[in-house]
Amino acid sequence: MPRHLSATGLGSVGMVLAGPALAQTTSPALTPLTPEQWPMNFWSSAGAQGDAINGLLWGLIWLSVIVVVIIALLVIVGIIVRGARGREVATTPVERSGNGVGFIYIGVGISTLVLVVYTGWTVATMAGIASPPSAPGLTIDVTGHQWWWEFRYENPDTSQVFLTANEIHIPVGVPVHFRLQTADVIHSFWIPALGGKTDMIPGRVNEMWLEADKAGIYRGQCSEYCGEQHAQMALRVVADTPSDFAAWRDAQLADPVQPVTDEARLGATRFQLRCGACHTVRGTPAGGAVGPDLSHLMSRTTIAAGMLQNNAANLGGWIANPQSIKPGAQMPNIELSGPELHAIETYLLTLG
Amino acid sequence: MSVADYERLPEIKTLADHPELPERLREIWETKPGLYGFISSVDHKEIGIKYIVTAFIFLVLGGIEALVMRIQLAQPGERLLTPEQFDELFSMHGITMIFLYALPILSGFSNFLFPLVLGSRDMAFPRLNAFSYWVYLAAGLFMYASFLVGAVPNDGWFNYAPYSLKPYNPGPNMDFYALGMIFLGISTTVGAANFVVTVMRLRAPGMSINRVPILVWGTTTISVGILLAVPAVSLAFFLLWCDRQFGTHFYDATTGGQPLLWQHLFWIFAHPWVYVIVLPAMGLVSDALPIVCRRPLVGYTLVVLGTVLTMVLGFGVWVHHMFATGLPPLASSFFSGASFIITIPSAIAVFAWVATIWTGRPVFTTAFHYFAGFIVMFVIGGVSGVMTAAVPADLQLTDTYFVVAHIHYVLIGINLFGVLGALYFWFPKMSGRMLSERLGKWAFWIVFIGFNVAFLPMHLTGLMGMPRRIYTYPREAGWGLVNMVSSVGAFVLAIGILVVFIDILVSLRRGRIAGPNPWDAPTLEWSIPSPPPPYNFALIPAVASRHPLWEERLGEGSGRSMLDRGFVLDHGKETLATTVIDAEPDIILKMPEDSPWPFITTIVITGFFTGLLLRSASVTAVGAVLILLCILFWLWPKRRLLQVARPQHG
Repeated sequence: MPRHLSATGLGSVGMVLAGPALAQTTSPALTPLTPEQWPMNFWSSAGAQGDAINGLLWGLIWLSVIVVVIIALLVIVGIIVRGARGREVATTPVERSGNGVGFIYIGVGISTLVLVVYTGWTVATMAGIASPPSAPGLTIDVTGHQWWWEFRYENPDTSQVFLTANEIHIPVGVPVHFRLQTADVIHSFWIPALGGKTDMIPGRVNEMWLEADKAGIYRGQCSEYCGEQHAQMALRVVADTPSDFAAWRDAQLADPVQPVTDEARLGATRFQLRCGACHTVRGTPAGGAVGPDLSHLMSRTTIAAGMLQNNAANLGGWIANPQSIKPGAQMPNIELSGPELHAIETYLLTLG
Repeated sequence: MSVADYERLPEIKTLADHPELPERLREIWETKPGLYGFISSVDHKEIGIKYIVTAFIFLVLGGIEALVMRIQLAQPGERLLTPEQFDELFSMHGITMIFLYALPILSGFSNFLFPLVLGSRDMAFPRLNAFSYWVYLAAGLFMYASFLVGAVPNDGWFNYAPYSLKPYNPGPNMDFYALGMIFLGISTTVGAANFVVTVMRLRAPGMSINRVPILVWGTTTISVGILLAVPAVSLAFFLLWCDRQFGTHFYDATTGGQPLLWQHLFWIFAHPWVYVIVLPAMGLVSDALPIVCRRPLVGYTLVVLGTVLTMVLGFGVWVHHMFATGLPPLASSFFSGASFIITIPSAIAVFAWVATIWTGRPVFTTAFHYFAGFIVMFVIGGVSGVMTAAVPADLQLTDTYFVVAHIHYVLIGINLFGVLGALYFWFPKMSGRMLSERLGKWAFWIVFIGFNVAFLPMHLTGLMGMPRRIYTYPREAGWGLVNMVSSVGAFVLAIGILVVFIDILVSLRRGRIAGPNPWDAPTLEWSIPSPPPPYNFALIPAVASRHPLWEERLGEGSGRSMLDRGFVLDHGKETLATTVIDAEPDIILKMPEDSPWPFITTIVITGFFTGLLLRSASVTAVGAVLILLCILFWLWPKRRLLQVARPQHG
């Protein structure tokens, strides 16, 4: 689908990074995720809900393998034992030999028993994961957007509430209560290593809980088709020790640092003018709520919803030409002069 | 032609009494050659073959779409397709395979076979039958026309709101799909009604309902299912179109609508639809497998009950597509339990087939290869379905490649393997020539290996956490190898299908002449020449058992079926109607002649839907008036169909 692309948005920095070269230049630079190799698999789990599901999941996997092997053997052995090798259909005599109905009674009887057991196991597991093992210690409101995640750490004390995007920290061993909403179409919130997914449906608030039992970084991804960049809607959950988490939270609550260099000050002004309608940096005139809150942008390891590592080069390329990196993204190509782009980038890099 | 008496007592004679009968019947029944004959034919055999050829063409189109996607996904960060192109391809792939291939191919077999296995001369409503085909073709072309204007449906076959609504999808993409599905619904609805009435009234005398082949049970069951399910989806798409065009608020949450309403309406239709596109294929296997195993099917009655039960339960499991939508646990557990239970009737069929192999003498024809493969693929698709029935497991599995693997084991494993086996089995009846067993076995192994290489690893891809419907993925995810394997397998599968098509084209010209009954099979279609004459049966037979051609050897039934003697019905285009349960001769039916009106009506309806698509009131209005005129011409009473009063003087 043709989208409006601003040709002049291809600033010098963006020119280097945008286009097909991007994948090669950035992929190796992504920080390694843990578990290292398959960050999205869910056959091993790192949390209470995932553990409860995995017992049943593995029970089902083994049952399935056994059933397939038994039936395959029945078919293959049946063919070997009974096969009329080298014969033609029309010349092989017809007879009603044996009473095969026993196969049906025995097979269906055993199947029914197994299914009843598994139904009970399913319902028991459902009851087990319906509520967390202990009272949630934290509530996070999640809002899905095309194509990024907005997180709001709730607190009865409104001075303790803060916003972030695409990357959250949670304390290990504490169940976290998630309230799931969407700003546009249906998305689905899923961190495979920690538990099952729950959809985010317009007009509804769905709730779920997750708990990480091991410190680590867990990847998640939108798992309900939500449009053009459904593939590029990832998130990272960093499970910290309680003290690391407290430190991170304090840092998020702190006001963004004031720019000190001339370049950064210029960048702040340009940012407020050119980007502030959509993005917020707390304590500044930039107060837009359309895109991610950037108050502590540089505390996050990725940008563009998990697509790129968050460093100076990628940041510059993304600001210069988001539509070439993530076609269809809501962030438009903004016409920025080279110096303007550089100043904004310098400013953003100070938002630790 | 004089007006015949449809309450007369028909004669029961042999061909020796009437040696000129076949020639006379051929003159009465034969479709005229040429283009006019092509568009006006109401012969169920021609319509059935048109269905099969068209469905195979859509299979190729859907397959090409799949292959392009498999290139895009073969390695991380591939840039062959734009995200939008990928979304359009996976949407059209699903729409094509599920709606334009999977059911129509089975409708083709059922159309061709129904009157032949039932001992009749045509379907109950031959013109409606032609209409059903033309509307299917037109609706398929209507949806594919979206490629010509570059506005292809892009929200998947499931088409969830609100992404399908105007704010997110301003182009006509969704209108093609919404209107196309309502259009296609006309075809499936009239086709289903035709099958149901045909089964009820057009069975040969003596063919009580416990003597009909399993295919007939399968197709009849799903036809009733279609009549109940299609209104839900037609309504869902109509409401969607209203939301898009007139600003109604059925699915738009910002104005009080419910996006979940779409999901309920869609899955109330689409889950039963899964059974709709497998039960007739299971029927084809249940009928043909025993013949190549040289014995009757084990557990006929149980298999029939299983078929009907599957369809009934199939209406009570739709919510298992929605376990992640945040339903109350009580609702989830009900639908989870129902989804476990629906496995039981399927298990009946599996063990019936296994028992048929174990108590028979399987002959290793190409068809048997497909049927044996089908049983194992069926079980793989079945157990992965059971896994997703368990709510907690489904919260992890749903919307991953695990489910992609599952649906392909169900749709290719059950539908395509069943269909290819059935093709090798019934092709001689359709064409008069045998397919090549040598080429056929080669094709089977290529298809079988390609299919499993493509789709078995996808279970693993899903467990590795790869979501569905993503146009690319990062290298770090580690999904590269499994995807490359799947892509290679997909191309191998495609080569296998190509070999099947080559076999068909070669055998149509050079295949061995089949004769009436190359498999020494027991049912009525094998008692007549291959290909069957236009009138099917010169004399309408009467049957006394489930296997009229085997009954002497099996010692089955009460008395003997009457195949070389039968009812002479030659006062025009006639066939015999029988009573619903016992199939006692009831009335002589006057069958309509070839007619161009189904075709013309379809063209006019296409114009009507195009008017709706363009939002052109004038085109739509003209279309509507023309539709009414077409119906008027179509239904204009004809004396030879006894639709006008008989003249008093006789």
